[in-house]
Amino acid sequence: MTEHGSGDLRLSSVTKSFERFTAVDDISLTIPQGSFFALLGPSGCGKTTTLRMVAGLEQPTVGTIHIGDADITSLKPYQRNVNTVFQSYALFPHLNIIDNVAFGLRQRKDGDWKRKAQEALDLVELGHTAKKKPTQLSGGMQQRVALARALVNRPDVLLLDEPLGALDLKLRRQMQLELKRIQSEVGLTFIHVTHDQEEAMTMADTIAVMNGGRIEQLADPSTLYEKPASTFVANFLGQSNLLPAEVSAEVASVESGVVTVRTRDHDDIAVAAEHLPPGIRSVWVGVRPEKLRIGEAGRNRLRGVVTDASFTGVATQYLVRLPWGKELVVVQQNDGSGRLPVGENVTVSWDPGQEFILDQAQDADAGVEIDDD
Amino acid sequence: MSWLRRHTVQVIGLLVMAYILLPNLVVLAFSFNKPNGRLNITWQEFSFDAWLNPCDTPGICSSVGLSLKIGIIASLTATVLGTLVAFALGRHRFRGRAGTNVLIFMPMATPEVVMGSSLLTLFIALGVGTGQTTILIAHIMFCLSFVVVTVKARIASLDPRLEEAAADLYASPAQAFRRVTLPLVAPGIAAGALLAFSLSFDDYIITNFNASPSSVTFPMYIWGAAQRGVPVQVNVIGSVLFLAAVAFVGIGQLLAAGRQRARA
Amino acid sequence: MTEAVSAGPARRRRRRLNWVPYALLAPGMLWLIVFFAVPTVSLVSQSLQTGDVFNGYTLTWHVQTYVDALSTYWPQLVRSLVYAGLATVFTLLLGYPLAWFIAHRSGRFKNVLLVLVIAPFFTSFLIRTLAWQTILGNGGLLETTTDALHLSWLLHGFESFLGLVGLGTGNQLLYTPFAVVAGLTYNFLPFMVLPLYANIERLDLRLVEAASDLYATPASAFRKVIWPLSLPGVVAGTLLTFIPAAGDYINSVLLGSTQTVMIGQVIDSQFLRVLNYPLAAALSVSLMALIITFVTVYVRRAGTEELV
Repeated sequence: MTEHGSGDLRLSSVTKSFERFTAVDDISLTIPQGSFFALLGPSGCGKTTTLRMVAGLEQPTVGTIHIGDADITSLKPYQRNVNTVFQSYALFPHLNIIDNVAFGLRQRKDGDWKRKAQEALDLVELGHTAKKKPTQLSGGMQQRVALARALVNRPDVLLLDEPLGALDLKLRRQMQLELKRIQSEVGLTFIHVTHDQEEAMTMADTIAVMNGGRIEQLADPSTLYEKPASTFVANFLGQSNLLPAEVSAEVASVESGVVTVRTRDHDDIAVAAEHLPPGIRSVWVGVRPEKLRIGEAGRNRLRGVVTDASFTGVATQYLVRLPWGKELVVVQQNDGSGRLPVGENVTVSWDPGQEFILDQAQDADAGVEIDDD
Repeated sequence: MSWLRRHTVQVIGLLVMAYILLPNLVVLAFSFNKPNGRLNITWQEFSFDAWLNPCDTPGICSSVGLSLKIGIIASLTATVLGTLVAFALGRHRFRGRAGTNVLIFMPMATPEVVMGSSLLTLFIALGVGTGQTTILIAHIMFCLSFVVVTVKARIASLDPRLEEAAADLYASPAQAFRRVTLPLVAPGIAAGALLAFSLSFDDYIITNFNASPSSVTFPMYIWGAAQRGVPVQVNVIGSVLFLAAVAFVGIGQLLAAGRQRARA
Repeated sequence: MTEAVSAGPARRRRRRLNWVPYALLAPGMLWLIVFFAVPTVSLVSQSLQTGDVFNGYTLTWHVQTYVDALSTYWPQLVRSLVYAGLATVFTLLLGYPLAWFIAHRSGRFKNVLLVLVIAPFFTSFLIRTLAWQTILGNGGLLETTTDALHLSWLLHGFESFLGLVGLGTGNQLLYTPFAVVAGLTYNFLPFMVLPLYANIERLDLRLVEAASDLYATPASAFRKVIWPLSLPGVVAGTLLTFIPAAGDYINSVLLGSTQTVMIGQVIDSQFLRVLNYPLAAALSVSLMALIITFVTVYVRRAGTEELV
């Protein structure tokens, strides 16, 4: 009948405009049933608005939303089988924990609500708090109650709106694993909105990176990291060294799948031919800091001066200034080799194929220094 | 000396508390007095007479009854009307909001004597005779704003996400209102109603403008009696009200504290 | 994160311009329009009419009534504002430390104290004001107590002091301007304490520590940090005290003398006893106009426009 799975969530050309700005700009997405999907982006990128449209709390200005074959675009929130874990949890303060969890079941006249709610509470390991009020629970516990309250309804899609934002770092790590475990246990579609790239990468099967109301890239975490499709993605997910270079006909030599490009300093750099987008001459050659080596171990070599060294425990992060002023970030594992002093002349090297290549027409600083909250 | 310096706030605070409570204690003490003649101003001798016969002065208990009746009807009406207005202001956007706010604020910023007299000019112009109905109309009018402000503050303190969460959990707008919004706003509505009742029960100035000789409320009775000498029964009723209020709120606090402890 | 999130629900509601809010507003607003706004117009109209109770009134735009009213009763009008102003200052001086005490220093007695501040409301205003007669009167509680403690010289000294500053007669407390102002202060103190408490309770005391860390003495920490932050509470409290106090006459009738007559008293007797409606209405309108002017100027100065 249809090429889509029975419970896939599909957004087709969805746009949401408010009076003065467009929050979501022509997004199309298919989220397969049972997957753990993340919407990642800085504040104001449109990810929360997208989530709210799926929940039914906002109406799209244009476009449709389907679950399987059912068009849910104009259904009210209470008419769609979608549940949300709110950012502030939004637990009902006048109801005790079990009544909070059972709210949706009882709303749908589920005769077995008591047992189901208790089971959901047990799943998040809070069975003993059933008779307490939300204010008597810690933030982490409230978060798990909110999760149980949504899960217990077995929704087609479960939405998580920055659910871990209010928790401290340690608890957040713990909850990330917990959420992942629960998702694989119950097998529901989870859509997780977050601005924390590490959180998205840890948890999601697929991530959509959003910026300015559009999807910049949709991929699994390792592809996003290794092969970012834009400078925004390259900078927003981890750090990137972007070197401007030209693909010149004279120096370009194809030799076992390697192409040579020339930097501003007339250094020649070998890159994997398959990474080079066709038809583009001016490029950014991007290399992640941990791929760079101090020393001459790699085939591509650049000379520079150490301008800063900061010890971070497992690694040391160096800033190395190239002759034309560009500073490279280099992260070296603390594997016992000595630390370099500032002012030292060094060679930085890497092997072809460890880079990614982007069109130089893109802004090198897109996605840099976007810190939320 | 340094003790006093460190505890200045406490000392001043307790002195001011004493200032606030002194008249109530005097009222209570003198409710056990057996005055010589009309004036209950100097202490004569201890007696339970007034407590045993609180209605033993003509007119006093019927005036209390009238005040209770007006207070209950006025506070209930003002609470219903005020709560509706508060929900409109707290949960909806509409044209004319600024004007509405001004109209709500003005009665609270108008001295009672102005409100009472202006309402009287209206009744005079319309040829309406004053009495219980006009008192009720006036009381509902000046209680309304206080209810609106109290309930609105409670609505404003609610997280709008709670209603979204209810909708998300399959509650229609009407169900979300009944199961989430209303229970959460209820304490504000109760506080508004209580405030309205106490304002109505206690009002003299506005009432006096819009009353007739046959509709004597308790404050009007006291005012009249003050010219001749206030009977001890007034102290008894005043003390009962004060003690009832303290007990009422005190028991509420104790229950709330007990529930907290039981849950923890 | 705030942008997208908070803009969402608000905007959704703004778009839906429906009849529901008007239906909710209608009964309450109609009540206020018919029984507050219309009477206010009717009051102004009454003040510009001529006629008498028996033959009825006609609107003649007789502004002379105002001239007569103000030239006769300006002392009572000014006195009302002065007494109300004094009472407001005293409620602030007493109410601020009390609110601070309840908010930050009362520990587990906080709720008990709040109850005790509110509870007197439930005993009639009149009964409590009459209690001050018992306390302040000749041979009253205060005099008996000071006599017993051999402190009568202190009381007499205070009475003479009041006489010197124009708030007393020099030989008694009751039936003096002092008694009226003290009564007003007493009666409206809770109206000052409650908004102040609501404001002060939310103040973060670490701000004081931060200020003293930045070399502020306790006094300048109060003046530069705490006071500006408590201004909204102060503004609300002073308005809630000043406005009703200016129109009150219960205190001046029960605790004052013919020398302490306030404007409310004049309005009351002109309306209900003399039956000179236009004059009484003109005085009412004048009082209201003075208060509105005063409040507007005051609120502008204090820079807090959000009152409701």
